[in-house]
Amino acid sequence: MIPELGHYALVLALVMALAQASLPMIGAARGIRPWMQLAKPAALAQFAFVAFAFLALMNAFATSDFSVAIVTQHSHSQQPLIYKLSGTWGNHEGSLLLWVLILTIFGGLVALFGENLPPRLKARTLAIQAMISIGFLLFMLLTSNPFARLDPAPLEGEELNPLLQDPGLAMHPPMLYLGYVGFSIVFSFAVAALIDGKVDAAWARWVRPWCLLSWTFLTGGIVLGSWWAYNELGWGGWWFWDPVENASFMPWLIGTALLHSALVVEKRDALKSWTILLSILTFGFSLLGTFLVRSGIITSVHAFAQDPTRGVFILALLTIAIGAPLTLYALRAPTLRGGGLFAPLSREGALVMNNLLLATMAATVLLGTLYPLLLDLTTGGTVSVGMPFYAATFIPLALPLLLLMAIGPFLGWKRGDVKGALQRLIAAAIAALGAAIIAIWMKTGGSLLAPLGLFAGVWLLVGTAIEFMERVRLFDRSAARILTRMRHTPRAAYGMSLAHFGLAIAVIGMTGAAAWKTENIKVLRPGESLSLQGYEFKLDKVGGVRGENYLADQAHFIVSSGGNVIANLYPERRQYLVQPMPTTEAAIRSTPLADLYAVIGEPDGKGGWTVRIYHEPLVSWIWFGALIMVAGGLTSLSDRRYRVGAPVRAGATQTAKA
Amino acid sequence: MRRLLFLLPILIVAALVAAFWRGLDPARDPSALPSALVGKAAPAVDLPGLAEGAPRLNLAAFKGKLIAVNFFASWCLPCRAEHPFLKQLTAEFGVPVIGIAWKDKPAASRAFLAELGDPYAATGADENGRTGIDFGITGVPETFLVDQNGIVRYRLAGPVTPDGLQNALAPAITEARK
Amino acid sequence: MSRAFVMLAVLWLGMMPALAQEAQLSDPTLEQRARDLSREIRCVVCQSQSVADSDADIAREMRTMIREQIAAGKSDADIRDYLVARYGDFVLFDPPFKASTYALWIGPFAVLVIAGTGVVLYFRRRAQEPVRTRALNAEEQDRVAQLLREKEDGA
Repeated sequence: MIPELGHYALVLALVMALAQASLPMIGAARGIRPWMQLAKPAALAQFAFVAFAFLALMNAFATSDFSVAIVTQHSHSQQPLIYKLSGTWGNHEGSLLLWVLILTIFGGLVALFGENLPPRLKARTLAIQAMISIGFLLFMLLTSNPFARLDPAPLEGEELNPLLQDPGLAMHPPMLYLGYVGFSIVFSFAVAALIDGKVDAAWARWVRPWCLLSWTFLTGGIVLGSWWAYNELGWGGWWFWDPVENASFMPWLIGTALLHSALVVEKRDALKSWTILLSILTFGFSLLGTFLVRSGIITSVHAFAQDPTRGVFILALLTIAIGAPLTLYALRAPTLRGGGLFAPLSREGALVMNNLLLATMAATVLLGTLYPLLLDLTTGGTVSVGMPFYAATFIPLALPLLLLMAIGPFLGWKRGDVKGALQRLIAAAIAALGAAIIAIWMKTGGSLLAPLGLFAGVWLLVGTAIEFMERVRLFDRSAARILTRMRHTPRAAYGMSLAHFGLAIAVIGMTGAAAWKTENIKVLRPGESLSLQGYEFKLDKVGGVRGENYLADQAHFIVSSGGNVIANLYPERRQYLVQPMPTTEAAIRSTPLADLYAVIGEPDGKGGWTVRIYHEPLVSWIWFGALIMVAGGLTSLSDRRYRVGAPVRAGATQTAKA
Repeated sequence: MRRLLFLLPILIVAALVAAFWRGLDPARDPSALPSALVGKAAPAVDLPGLAEGAPRLNLAAFKGKLIAVNFFASWCLPCRAEHPFLKQLTAEFGVPVIGIAWKDKPAASRAFLAELGDPYAATGADENGRTGIDFGITGVPETFLVDQNGIVRYRLAGPVTPDGLQNALAPAITEARK
Repeated sequence: MSRAFVMLAVLWLGMMPALAQEAQLSDPTLEQRARDLSREIRCVVCQSQSVADSDADIAREMRTMIREQIAAGKSDADIRDYLVARYGDFVLFDPPFKASTYALWIGPFAVLVIAGTGVVLYFRRRAQEPVRTRALNAEEQDRVAQLLREKEDGA
C-alpha cells in the first residue's frame, strides 16, 4: 500500500510542478500577482509530495519489502540497516528519486527564503525550476518507476553491491547530488534573468549563496567519492579520470568559474552575459553527467542492461533544458551590457584569467571524456584517454591558475598594483622554491611533477596566509586592533582564504601521492615479511572472521620500522552473502606524512597469500585540504550579507573590504 | 560578429546532441572493441594438439581454405551456450572450425568436448594463453574468420548465437568466398 | 552521477585490485620496466584500469606476456607496437599523436588560444569605452565617509 501511495505522490508532485511551471510564468508576464504568488505554495507542496515518495521508498528498503522490484534487486534482509537505507539511492530508480527530491528541496528553499526577491524574478525562477522537475518526474514515471512491484514477491533480495557497502559511499551520492542538482537553482535564476532582461549586482548577490551552497556540497561529494575509491577499491588510487568521475568534475570546474565571475558582476557590473552562460552551463554539465552515466552511451554494456528509451528520454530532456535557454541566451545576451572601465591588471582582470583557465580546463576534461565516443562515431577508431593525456594538458593549465590564485587577492578592484603584490609575495616565492628544491633532492631524476606541484602548492599556501595576515595586519602591536580588524573582516573573506588554503593543501597532497607512491607485491606465508620504504610488513596470521552479512579472511600484519612495531594492520578479503565476487577491504595506517596501505588477495593454495602494500606520501592532505575547502564554503555562506533581507536592489553598493 | 559569438554555445550543444543521438543507436555496443587484426594476416599458430596423441596444431596446414578459429575454455559458460551453433557453422556453411582451448587444463578441455561433443576440425591447447593474445582476444569465447589466403576477415567477440550466425558470420563468409 | 553506477556496471569486470602474483623477473631493472609498462597498458575488459592494476584474466596474461617479451630483449616500443597491432590504440592509456588524435591533443591548447584572444579583445574594447558613472546617493555618500574615517583610524 505504501509504495502505491509513494507512486501516487509522484503523480501529484507532477501536477504541482505543472501548475508551478505555468501560472507564475504567465502571471509574471502579465503582471497578475496572485498567479505569481502561487509559485510558493506549489513549490512547497511539490517538495512535500516528492519527500513523501522518497520516504515511502526508504521505508520499503528499511523493511525489506521485496515486493518492490528495486528492493529485491538491491537489498537483502541480513544487510546492516545503514546499507539498507543507502540502498535507496544505490540504484538507478532510487537515485533518480533522490535527484528530484533535491531539485524540489532547492525550489522549496527559494520559495521560503526568497522573500526579498523581486516577485517577478522569484515567480519565474520557481517556474523554471518546476519545468526541470516536470522533465525528471516524467522520466521517472514513464521509464523508471521506483515503485514497480514484483508478484509474487521473492522471499529474499539480491543484496546491495558489496562495493557500495561502505560508509563513504552511503553518503557520497546525496552529497554529490546536493551539489550537482543545487546548481539547478542557479540555472533557474539565470534563465529567469534572461527572460527579465536584467542582470545586475543585486542579481549576482541573490544567486551567490545558492551557488556557494551547491559548490560546497559538490566539493564534499567529489572528495567523498575519491576517499571511498581510495579505501574501498583496494588499489591505492584516488582519482582515475574515469568518465563518471569527470562527469562530476566538469560541473565543479565551471561552477568554480561561476562563483568567481559572479563576483565581478556584483562588484564591477561586468561579465554579465558570461556569468549567465556559466550558470546555464554548470547545470548543463550536471545534466550531461546524468546522461552519460544513465544512458549507457559510454559505460560498458556488459553488466548494465540498458533500456534504450531511457537514453533517448534523457537526451531529449538535455536538449530541451539546455537548448532552450541557450537559444534565449543567443537572442538576449547581446543586450546585456556592462558598464565601467576594465583594466587587465586588477582584481577583475585576475578573475577573468581565472575564468579563462577554469573554462579551458573544463573544455579539456570534456574533450578527453567524449573523444573516444566521438572518434568511434566518426571513424570507428578506438582510443583511450587516460592519466597521461590529462597530465600533459590539464596540469599545465592548473599550474598558472594556482600561481595566479595567490596574486589575485592582493589586487584591488579597478586598478591593481601587481608589482606591490609580487613584492609582498617574496616570502611565498622563497618557500615555494625551497619546497621544489627539496622535491628535486628527494627524487633525483624523477619527473617534473613533484617540484612543480610542490612549488605551486606551497606558493599558494604561503601566499594565502600572507594575504590574510596583511588583511588583519597581524603584526600590529595592538592585539585589540588586530581583534577588531578580525571581527570586521567579512566572513566571505575568511571563506575565500580558507578555500584557497584548503586547495593549496590538497594540491600538495595530490603531488606527493602522485609522485612518490611506491608499492610492493609478493606471496607471503604467515611468518614471512615484505618491506617497502624502510617499513617491514610481517604477515602474522590469516584467520576467518564473521561480519554481519559477510565472511572474511582477515590478515594480521605487524608493521615495524627500524625494529620498532608501529602499527597492526588487518586487511580483509570479504565474501558477501549473495554476490559471487569477493571484495577487498584495505587496511590503512594514516599519518600526516604518509599512508601505509595493505591489501590481501587470493591464497595460492600452498599456504601463502598474495599481499600488496603501498606507501603513499601525503595522501591524507588531499582529504584534509578538501575539508578545509568545504569549511571555507560554509564560512563564506554564513556571511551576514547573504542572509535574508540583506540584499536590496538599490542598496547593493556596500562594498566588502576585500 | 558579436551576435555569432552568442550563438556559439547553442551550436556546440547542437553538434554534441547530434553525436549523442547517433551514439544511442541500440545496435551500437559501446564496449565492443573492434579487432585491429581484421584485414591482416592471422597470427601464426603452433600449439600442442588437444586430443591425446594428436599432432600439433598449425594454421598453415589450412592454407587455401576458409576456416573459423574459435577460442574456448571449459570454465566458460557462454562457450557451452555457443556449442551447438559451432556445429551448425560447419554443417550449414561448410566452414571447418578450429578450436583453441584458451588458458585451460587440456584434461578439462577434453572432458568438456567429451561431454558436449566435438564440433572442431582440429584442436589445440593454448595453456599459457599467448596465442589468444596474439589474436587480440579480450576473453572467451571469440571466433575469427580466416580466409583462403590466411587473412582475418571477421571477428566475433562473445558466443556464436543464431542471430550472430545469420546476420554477422553468414554475410562475412559470403564476402570471403567471393 | 555517482560513481556507484559505474561500479554496478563494471563490478564483475575486474574492478578488483590486481592481486594475482606472477613470476617476477630476476633482474630488478627489467622487472621495474615491466611494471612501468604494464601501468601504461589498458586492461581491455575493464573501466579505466591498467593491466598492472587489474585482476582480470586477460590483464594477468598481458602482464606475463610483457615480462616474457622484456626478458626476451624486446624494447618497450616493440611491445607497445605488438599490442596496438592486436588491440588498436585502445590499449594505450597515453593516446599516440597521430591523425585520429590531432583534435584531442591540440584541442585544449586551441581552446586556450582562442579564448585567450577573446579575453585580450575584450580588455582592449573595455579599455576604450568611456567610463559611465552615476552620482552616489545619500546613503552611499555616508558609507564612503564612514569608510574614510575608519581608514584614518586604522592608519
